[in-house]
This record gives sequence, structure tokens and C-alpha cells, in this order.
Amino acid sequence: MSGANRIPGAGRLTPAKTARFFFDGKSYAALEGDTVASALLANGVHLVGRSFKYHRPRGIVSAGAEEPNALIGVERDAARKQPNVRATVQDVFDGMKVVSQNRWPSLAFDVGAVNNLLAPFFAAGFYYKTFMWPKQAWKHVYEPQIRAAAGLGVSPTEDDTDHYSSRYAHCDVLVIGAGLAGLSAALAAAKTGARVIICDEQPEVGGALHYDKSVTIDGLDGFTWAQATAANLKRMTNVKVLPRTTAFGYYAQNFVGLNERVTEHLAKPDKKLPRERLWQVRAKRVIIATGAIERHMVFANNDRPGIMLASAARTFLNHFGVTVGKKIGVYTANDSAYEAAFDLKRAGVTIAAIVDSREKPGEGVLAEARALGIEVLTGHGVVNTSGNLRVSSMSVARNGGGAARSIAIDALLMSAGWTPSVHMFSQSRGKVAYDTETQRFLPGAYAQDCLSVGACNGTNDLQATIEESLAAGELTARASGYSASEKLELQGHNAFNWTGGMAGAAEGAGPDTTVKAFIDFQNDVCAKDIRLAVREGMHSIEHIKRFTTNGMATDQGKLSNIHGLAIAAETLGREIPKVGLTTFRAPYTPVTFGTLINHSRGELFDPTRKTPMHALEEAQGAVFEDVGQWKRAWYYARAGEDMHQAVNRECKTVRDVAGMFDASTLGKIEVVGPDAAQFLNLIYTNSWDTLKPGRCRYGIMLREDGFVYDDGVVGRLADDRFHVTTTTGGAARVMNHMEDYLQTEFPHLDVWLTSATEQWAVIAIQGPKAREIIAPLVDGIDLSNEAFPHMSVREGKICGVPTRLFRMSFTGELGFEVNVPADFGPAVWEAIRAQAEPLGACAYGTETMHVLRAEKGYIIVGQDTDGTVTPDDASLGWAVGKKKPDFVGIRGLRRPDLVADGRKQLVGLLTKDPKVVLEEGAQIVADPNQTVPMTMIGHVTSAYWSENCGRSIALALVAGGKARIGETLYVPMPDRTIAVEVSDMVFFDKEGGRLHV
Amino acid sequence: MLLIYCPYCEEERSELEFRQAGDAHIARPRNMTEMSDADFEAFFFLRDNVKGLTFERWRHLNGCGRFFNAARDTVSDKFLTTYKAGLPRPDISALRPAASSPVGTAPVETYEATEADAK
Repeated sequence: MSGANRIPGAGRLTPAKTARFFFDGKSYAALEGDTVASALLANGVHLVGRSFKYHRPRGIVSAGAEEPNALIGVERDAARKQPNVRATVQDVFDGMKVVSQNRWPSLAFDVGAVNNLLAPFFAAGFYYKTFMWPKQAWKHVYEPQIRAAAGLGVSPTEDDTDHYSSRYAHCDVLVIGAGLAGLSAALAAAKTGARVIICDEQPEVGGALHYDKSVTIDGLDGFTWAQATAANLKRMTNVKVLPRTTAFGYYAQNFVGLNERVTEHLAKPDKKLPRERLWQVRAKRVIIATGAIERHMVFANNDRPGIMLASAARTFLNHFGVTVGKKIGVYTANDSAYEAAFDLKRAGVTIAAIVDSREKPGEGVLAEARALGIEVLTGHGVVNTSGNLRVSSMSVARNGGGAARSIAIDALLMSAGWTPSVHMFSQSRGKVAYDTETQRFLPGAYAQDCLSVGACNGTNDLQATIEESLAAGELTARASGYSASEKLELQGHNAFNWTGGMAGAAEGAGPDTTVKAFIDFQNDVCAKDIRLAVREGMHSIEHIKRFTTNGMATDQGKLSNIHGLAIAAETLGREIPKVGLTTFRAPYTPVTFGTLINHSRGELFDPTRKTPMHALEEAQGAVFEDVGQWKRAWYYARAGEDMHQAVNRECKTVRDVAGMFDASTLGKIEVVGPDAAQFLNLIYTNSWDTLKPGRCRYGIMLREDGFVYDDGVVGRLADDRFHVTTTTGGAARVMNHMEDYLQTEFPHLDVWLTSATEQWAVIAIQGPKAREIIAPLVDGIDLSNEAFPHMSVREGKICGVPTRLFRMSFTGELGFEVNVPADFGPAVWEAIRAQAEPLGACAYGTETMHVLRAEKGYIIVGQDTDGTVTPDDASLGWAVGKKKPDFVGIRGLRRPDLVADGRKQLVGLLTKDPKVVLEEGAQIVADPNQTVPMTMIGHVTSAYWSENCGRSIALALVAGGKARIGETLYVPMPDRTIAVEVSDMVFFDKEGGRLHV
Repeated sequence: MLLIYCPYCEEERSELEFRQAGDAHIARPRNMTEMSDADFEAFFFLRDNVKGLTFERWRHLNGCGRFFNAARDTVSDKFLTTYKAGLPRPDISALRPAASSPVGTAPVETYEATEADAK
């Protein structure tokens, strides 16, 4: 026997297929198909965890996804430990290790349970009121202590070794839920030929047919019909049936996220299989068939292990063949619980009594109870329970008072009625409407192309559910252009139609009581906590929720929300719909981060862009830095060199001999067409009409507000063709900026823009020997200073391949930038290197590039500018065409604040101690002795050690900076204050003669 | 994730291919240099941030690359229509669909409808 509470002949599992698992180290027997919950109950284990706040012993409440209590840890190995798994949805597999949570040192003896005795001090809102003083203690004492005590499970510390997959799918009809309603709807839709996807969170279809054994469909037992129907659907090529798949989020335009658990139930999963699969489904129509969730009764000490939902006990019996006790009590306000008692009684279990809060239960169930010899106490309530680690008795009293009678039990089933699962409907932005007669929130106005059917639509009657679902299936398929050849009919039959239901506190837990009648088990929220919240001034349900934490646990209040709302409404003296319902949000049930992150881990987290010469640079010892998505060679360390030494050597070599640099990441845009110059006139501050073919110009681009947006060198190749370069990081947004203006503001211009960033490999050769290095390789271009002056561009050949050769410089040295088609980049790099190295030149990286340009005062947009800098602020006012009638930013530049005195301007800073290098971002003050907070007049934007200058250099944005040249300012740092002298921005070769050799 | 109809590709494509680009129908003045500070402020800085029907620009960035305009309800996120750049604002009253749900009774949730409920 796989557990003493397994009833021979009951349930649908196969007795021969056994498995063993461990719970807190102890070995238990189970059957294949068991959940952890059913297997534990089969072995008589009800105590499975401790509650969050009071550490009260807790058991299994439900048999499904709504479970608030039975949260466990499942451990496969050190990396694969899943905390907070609901025992009611996790299949048992052979060798599985399960641990209980939130207890120390053991589940049966938990030190934290002292909180239960201290409960009067832990009322709702306790945290908000208690930890206010002293202020400092929050950060250092209260928060760390509360964080250590909070939370249930423990996360694994190692990286997740599982893998996850992701898939997009499209269909005509997506059916969420594969119970009677969902299967009927899917069948009707599928028969028309429409593409159908039907998913269900359980391992097999059937929904409520798992427990409701009284249902027959077309003469077949309901559960058997469900399996046969699913098998039918699976055979159809236009249908996809997805069990173990939860629709967790309903997004815009019928975009629904599904989480398929592929291997979670397997003892030894195939390594090739993903643990979970994310489905992103775009459906033309959605049918929501998510059923209803049974509510618990709210009475004193209703949280003891052994107290559970009636439908759960019925599931454990009828599906798993497990009885949850030997002498069972029932407490209900609804007929459905009677059927649980009937099934158990017929299986040979003693039913102690059915306690019904109503005076008049449904006549059918009452008669049947009497026929079975079950005592029914109508108009009574369970006013208390006892039993420490498992319920042992219930105290029953007549409604309105009177002596309580104690009845010995070992399990107590409860039902306060059914809450339609409107989660998906509400997530689709549909508006729920309150049905006063049945006291339920039901789908009201739809916002998307979807339909709710069955219990989640408030339809109770079995045959009505079938007909509504068949019609919905056909209707949605027809809306997608399919039609049915024959009308489907199904005939359903069940034993009883259920009546009744209540929301809020039951007998003995009403206003003016202080008993612990739990509404939210997981967050330990009692009926009295809701009342306290109202008394303390929380009148909106959203405030009450946050004050009490009702519905804020991982189960998101699937059991508790309606009770909390009803108690709040009663206390406020308002009707339920006037108090309002909190918003349902995704995910419906917790989804692992692995599923959501999916493939986007490690190298696949973000695309990596590498230049054509990347491998060669790597072989040369390059250390790379990330610039956006690009990997750029940062510096080339030689044996024994640290970064500082490598950069100093590279800087010196470039100015003494020459250096080669991979500039391929620069953005490149080809601007072509009869109106190309006119377009650039509008986009840049400069004037382009006067630029002759074969010449280049440094251009500045503004936003309409007048601030610097990007810069770069533009070469004119022909009257109607420009080669535009942008910053590495700005390439995409500059292209977008240009396209925007061309398409929407200047559409009359005949211009084409083409991104050419990845088409060209770019090798910069900079330094006194640059010409000597490339001369032997270049064909058809006269490289002499006279024929090919600084800021020119020529087309010709290098190493026999076509090149656009620029004479330009970002170092202040004689320089060339060789553009060749990307595929030729590595060969040309190697050829240039073969010329360069014998002359003593070297490759240099981005750090050296930064130092060399700073020595010359060349700015980097985005480092020395921050989106509030004008060309004039950056001493680039010369680049703004004064006579131009229009360009982007022309009006912005004239705004009062942009022409006012005292703006922050870019200047150079020289530390009084030349060896001290400033920190980029450091603040600058005029008077270091002023009181704190000091008046900060600017900040350091760039700071380096300059080997060529033999001292540190820096650029800074300083208020009224240009007028302060020669002044001494101060940079206060945590350990000292650094005195600096304001200078101009050029630190090396101030005359610029080296550019023109 | 939204589905957006590109009026140039004449196809409904996933939101992943598009980039929102701010309010539509704000023409860049021809006489920029003659504008008063107040006019420039209104043109460049001031936006309505509408709750409800809004006209906005989108770019089919990872598709045809074209900028186009859309009429969208910012409460329901529903697109009422999309149209090519340069075209005038369409007549929205003619576009309000009665219902798009298969049941035929489901109203489209708009800001106006929501407000009416609240009142």
C-alpha cells in the first residue's frame, strides 16, 4: 500500500506504479500521478508548513493552483532547489526530495511559533507603526531583522543549470482551461477546421470532473469523457492540446502568455528537454473557461492542519484514492460540500456531522444526507476547533448563541461557495460586474475579443454550461471565417444543482470578536485585521489590502479576496460593489524567472558586435571594453605591462612614431541625392554648400532645443554624395534623427540615407610616420601634403582593394583613416601592421585614443557634453553657420537661457600638483572653505595622465568657465581638496602644426 | 504586446518591430527664427499627455523604416487607425467600431466609456 489512507478501488491511479520520495528526510511511498499533497495525505501527513507571520502549523487547504498554505521546497541538486512550490500542483517523482519551509529547528517544533503568543502585538499595520523611531534604527536594525525573518522558502545560491525554451504561436481560437466548458468549446471550434490551442494547468484535462464523479456526458463518466475528448482533439491536425500549461498573463490584443512545465514531474528528465516552455500566443479569439474556486469558511481557528476545502477532499478521494481522515466533519454554507460527504461516506469514511450555517440547504442534498444516515445540523456554526498539529475536534453551536457541543474529528471540510475565476477576463481589461443575487463578480463589459464560458462566467447549470460552451466555440470559429457542417450536441447529467454560498465572517467570528478567523492563510490575515484597517481609516479596498497584506501573498488572494471585501463592506456599512475589487494582475500563478528570461542569459543576454579585425586584435593582446553592444580594443598590454604602462607607451609611440587604431565602430551614413547638401545644411549647424568634393568638414548636429546631439567628420565624395560619420554610440539614433526629419519635415528633398556602419572596416593610422606606413600600400592617390591636405578624402586602392581614404585626425597628428569593405579589413590591418611595426609604430586602443584627443581638447559628445551643452559652451561656436536661414536647433540656440551669461562652459583644468589625476565626475567649487552644502559650479568631464605632457590633464564644465581661465578652483574629495587652475582646452601642440605636415 | 498596422507595408505586425515617436501633427514651423519664445515653447516643449484618444507617431523601425501616424486610445491601448505621414487627422467618429467581440455586444473600452461608468 502506498499510504495507509489509500482506499482500495478508489481513485484513478494505478496501485502497481509506485514511487518513493522524501519529506524533510523521511521516506514515503507514493503512486505515479500523485501530487506531493495527495501522497502526503495518503501517508496521513497533514502538517506541511508554518505560516508566514505567526508560524502556526499549517496543512493542505486545496487540491489545486489556489493553494495558499502547502508551500514546499523541491530539491533536485544544489543548483536546482525550487522554493515555494505548491504541494497540490507538484507531481511526485521517484527519489524526489521535498522540504518544509519557515520553521526552525523542525516542522513539529518551531521556535518562531512564539510569534503566535505575541500575536496581540502583531496586529495589521504593525510594521508601519512600530518601526518609526529612532529613525537611524530602520536602516541598521529593523530592516535587516525583518528581512531575515520574512519570506518563506530559501532561494538556491547557485546558477540555474536548467534550460528553458520559448515559442510564438498563432491560432484562431485559444481556449484557456480544459474542463467541461473548455473541452466543449474547443471541440465545437475545432470541428469547423479553425486552428485551436487548448491549455490547462493540470497534468490531464478534466478540471472539476477530477472530483465531480456524479457527472455523466452522453452517458460516459465525466472524467472518462474528458480524456476521450482530449484524445479526439489531439488527433486533429488543427488542434494543439497543452496540458501542464498555465495561461498566466492576458495582454493587449489577445496576446496570452502560457507557461508549459515540460520536465518538472520527471525523475530523470532528458537533458535535451527544456524545464519549462514559454508560449506567446496571439489568438484571434480567446475562450476563457477557467472555472471557479471554492472559498473556505471564516471561523475561529480555521487554519489547523486537516481543515480543507470540501472539493479538495473530494479530489483526493475520487482522483487520488486518498481519504483525508477517518472521522470527518463538514462545515458549509453551500450544497457542494454535501457531495464531498456523500462520496466519502460511500467509500466507508465516517462523517461526524454536516454543519450548515443555513437554515435551508438544498432539498436534494438534505434528503440524500438523511438517506445516507449523515447528521445534518442546519442553522449551526463551527465556532472553534482544537488540535495542535492537526485538528482534533470542532465546537458546534446554534447560530446566535447557545451551548457549544464538541465533536471529535480528524479532518474538517469547508465550503462557503464558489468564486468565479475572472482573473483572465479582468487581465484582458474587461470590467467585472457584481451580481447581487448570487453575490459574485462576473464578467461585465468586454475589452477584447474573448468570451467567458461555464463557471467563470457564473453559469451553474451543467447542461447550460455545455450549450454555452459549444455555442462559444462555434461563434469564435465563425468570427475567424470558419463554419460548422453539423451542429454539435452533448447531453450532460449530474446529481444535484448547488445552491447557497456566503462571503465574509461566519458564526462566532463577526464584529466585536477577537478570534483568529483567517481569511488569508498565507499572509496570516484574520477577519479582525480587516475591521482594524477600516477603523484606522482605510476605506478603499486598495488601502485595506496594503494595510493588512490581504491577498498580497503568492496565491494573490484566490481564496481570500472576496471574504476580505465582504468584511470590509460590512464594517464600512456599504455594499460590496461600492467598496470595489482589487485589480487582477499577471501572473495568475507564479512563473519562474527562468521561463521569463528564457534564452536571454549569458552570451545571449544582449547581442555582441565585433569589428572585422576583432580576432587579430585579440591575438595581439588587446583587452576589450564594452561600448554599447560593441567590443572595442581598450589597450594592448605587452608582457609585464599593466594598463597604465601600456597606455603611456601607446600614447608616446603615436606622437613619436605612429599608431594604428581600429575605428570601425564609428557610425557611417551615406547621404546621397541631388538635395544631399541642402539636407545636411538643415541637419548640421555648419554650411555644406561650400565644401568641395574631396574635402571633409567637422560637423555638429543639434536637437531642436539647441543642445549638441552628435558630432563627426563628413566627407564630400561628389556633389550629390556625402560620407557622414557619427559617434559609436550615436550611430543608430543619429540615423533615426535624420530619417525622421527627411521623412516628416523635409520630405520635399530628394535624398537617400543608408547606414553603412558595418559595410566599412576603418583603420586609423596616426602619427608623424603615418604617411610613410601606408604609402607603399596605396594605389592611385597622391598622398603628399599639397595634393592631399588635412581634412580631405580620396577614393583609390589600398593593398589592391577599393578604399575611401580620409586624411583626418582625432589625435592632433598627421593622420589617415583607411576605409575598406568590411571583409578586407583583417588583410589590410595585417598589411599595415607589417609596414608599421618595423618603423616602431604600434596598435593602440580606445584608452589611448581618449588621452590623445583630450591632449588636443577634442570633445567626446556624451562624455564632455551631457545634453545641456551648446556649441558655444563647448568652444565650437565657429561651427555654427551664422548666415544660415534654418537648421535643426537654430531657434533653440536663441532661447534666453542659452545665450545668458554664466552658462557652464568647457575648459581645461591643470592640477597644481601635476601628478594628481582628477576623478571624472568630481564636483568643482570656487571656495573650499564655505559651509556644506557648498555651491558647486561645475564638474570634471574627462581626466587623464598625459605621458606626452608629463602631467595630468582634465576637461571640465564650469559656470562662466571661459572667463575664469587662470583662476584657481577646488575639487573637494572625501580625503582632500585638490587645487586646480583653469586653462584653455588644448594641452599639446597648441598651434596645431603637427596636423599639417 | 500590441499589433500595429503599418500603412506602408499594409500589414499588421508585432509591436517589437516598431518604435513610438511622440505626438503627431506638430509641424515644424517654417519661420523658426521669427517665432516668439512662447511660440517656441508651445511648439517644442508643451504636450497634452492625453488620457483617451491621442494622435501619435510611430516608426516601423525594424521593418520598412517609415514614420507614420496613429490614432490610439491611451486607456485601452486600442489603435483606432494608422495612416501615412503627411495625411490630415482622420475623422475619428467615423472610425469608432461598434464592437469587435464575437458576441457582438461587447463595447470597446474607451476612456469616455470608462468615465461614463464612473459617473
